[in-house]
Amino acid sequence: MIREILGMVFILIGITFDFLGVLGLVRLPDVYNRLQAATKCVTFGSAGILFGVFLQQGFNNFGFKVLVGILFIFLTSPVAAHTIARAAHRSGIKLTAETVVDQYQEDHELKD
Amino acid sequence: MRTLRWLVGLIFIGAFMYWNFFIYTGSIYFKLINVILFSTLFVLYRVIVGPTAADRIVAVDILGVLIIGLLALLGLYYQQSFFMDIGLIWALLSFIASLAFAKILEGRSLDD
Amino acid sequence: MTITKRSRIIVFSLSFLVWVALTSISDWQEVILGLIVALVVSLLAGQFLITTEKSKHPVRRLFLAIIYFFKFLWEMIKANLHVAYIVINPALPIRPGIVKIKTNLTKDSALTVLTNSITLTPGTLTVDINPESREIYIHCIEVTSTDVGENTREIGGRFEGLIAEVFE
Repeated sequence: MIREILGMVFILIGITFDFLGVLGLVRLPDVYNRLQAATKCVTFGSAGILFGVFLQQGFNNFGFKVLVGILFIFLTSPVAAHTIARAAHRSGIKLTAETVVDQYQEDHELKD
Repeated sequence: MRTLRWLVGLIFIGAFMYWNFFIYTGSIYFKLINVILFSTLFVLYRVIVGPTAADRIVAVDILGVLIIGLLALLGLYYQQSFFMDIGLIWALLSFIASLAFAKILEGRSLDD
Repeated sequence: MTITKRSRIIVFSLSFLVWVALTSISDWQEVILGLIVALVVSLLAGQFLITTEKSKHPVRRLFLAIIYFFKFLWEMIKANLHVAYIVINPALPIRPGIVKIKTNLTKDSALTVLTNSITLTPGTLTVDINPESREIYIHCIEVTSTDVGENTREIGGRFEGLIAEVFE
């Protein structure tokens, strides 16, 4: 009983953060800020949903698959974000006009 | 202008949430799944509109992580663990696809 | 026993455990198939898990890894609340920019864990890493200063000590 309620709470938290992350994907001004919001919130949100499902299922077949899913999300999502950010910067996509400082650009201009 | 857009968005999201939680008469799991499907609407907006190629890659990458949560909830409703198999493989393929897209965007070939 | 051999044995047992957990074994044929699959996996990709000797004692490293996990979880919850506050605020209060920090870590695994942790914690996203000069370029959603030393203390310093203990 307590396990079902706790699992539902985790699922609700996860869905809230999923939704907020996707809102950030729409609202923020350039690709780097969108990556920040989307990666953090959607990773945390999906992991929350999966952990809630694991709490409701316990240690059976489904529960283990869900745990493998959590591990997988936490390993792959930051790597994909990092790769996309570097590719975007190297292919010359500009940062937004509100940007304060870009030390990456400065260092690469010094090298060229 | 920004505040006006924020208000329009708030009314849109509020109308959906009111319909979903007070008018729609489904299981609680389907209400939660509806929220995830509603957020994929925003992701598809970013895929279609996104001013640069990197924005589209970010959106597709995030879609893969959202789908894992959706499939876990579907599996929880139907008490079938094979939904999670589909989710794991979907996440794996979308991760590899993001890496490949990022490499192409960066201007490297896929071998190195 | 060489490092490669030990790495292959660990990969073999881990992949067999994952097989047992995912298939919910009901028949002896599944056990044999799982052993064959784990053997193939460990022969093909087993040498990549452990490549260098670690200097600290394993029990101490496990204990510190658990402490690190809870610290990381707390930072991650703070990060998500911060991003959620920015996203639902009508004024969108951001001051983005890319800053540079220095790190003392040398091993690949330690650097991977550090950059992944930076990506998942408040307002920071790793953009690129320069292995020769040991500099990490980080996109911040709210830049507080442009000084390299101060940013190193604030962004990298939260995790670097523990990661050095666990992975170096």
